[in-house]
Amino acid sequence: MSPVPAPSDLPVELRTEALESILVEKGLVDPAVLDKFIKTYAEDVGPLNGAKVVAKAWTDPEYKARLLEDGTAAIAELGFKGPQGECIVVLENTPTRHHLVVCTLCSCYPWPVLGLPPGWYKDPAYRARAVREPRALLEEFGLSLGPEVEIKVFDSSSEVRYMVLPERPAGSEGLSEEELVPLVTREAMTGVAKARPPA
Amino acid sequence: MTVLPLDVEGPAAPPRSNGELVFAAPWESRAFGLAMALHDGGFFEWEAFRQQLIAAVARAEAAGGEFSYYRCWLEALQTLLDSSGVVDLASVDGRAAELACRSAGHDHRHDHDHH
Repeated sequence: MSPVPAPSDLPVELRTEALESILVEKGLVDPAVLDKFIKTYAEDVGPLNGAKVVAKAWTDPEYKARLLEDGTAAIAELGFKGPQGECIVVLENTPTRHHLVVCTLCSCYPWPVLGLPPGWYKDPAYRARAVREPRALLEEFGLSLGPEVEIKVFDSSSEVRYMVLPERPAGSEGLSEEELVPLVTREAMTGVAKARPPA
Repeated sequence: MTVLPLDVEGPAAPPRSNGELVFAAPWESRAFGLAMALHDGGFFEWEAFRQQLIAAVARAEAAGGEFSYYRCWLEALQTLLDSSGVVDLASVDGRAAELACRSAGHDHRHDHDHH
């Protein structure tokens, strides 16, 4: 008889496969639904959605006002909604105020506009240091902010997901909404970077 | 001081078109999809899952070692399903052990008498 590994030794791949096979057998999970969720978040929902929101806010003052007033509704105007987007608050960066977004407890993130969080956002070091020493953390991301800039850190709660509206970069005045989209990175929308200057 | 694993990306694009890896391994995507499908099916409130995830993340950080977010995710899901009586932990371990034996059977090599 071959030795049966102790549960704690079982690789996480096998435990995941085991759980899936039991749930499918019991009829609790439809494999097609499972595959659809994975495909959606691996291939379609990503920070391009948020970039479109930011570019529209930069070019349409009335939209920007709505976005800052009720982020969830203004984002839904562009068709972006879904899990982890039930209550999105948009934080506007200015020359004297910079916002940084974190979820210290569990990496909550506004999926409809940014997709699933990247590795650094989930990292224990980021989650701890964003609150404790945001200025030093931002330096490591390559973002040096002068002493005149106040840094406000927003820690996600059970309900609210935050997204940063970065400052429109200098030199982008003549660009159209469509041309502005590529300047908006995921990092700019979490506050660890500024929007890119135009090429 | 911990150095951040920086993987700062370029301009925003759909995950598919900029080659970004949302999941580091296939099992991570399955664990993610299972939680989404079960929540979609009304098996739990997201906040209940989130509370288990917070607890799992805290345990992993207290234990030290390499941090795996989706390992915490899977643990949170298993704990939630176990406590709500949907799937108990022992049956998952039992099935995983069966799968482990299957893998060993499929993996055996034929080079043991070639030296």
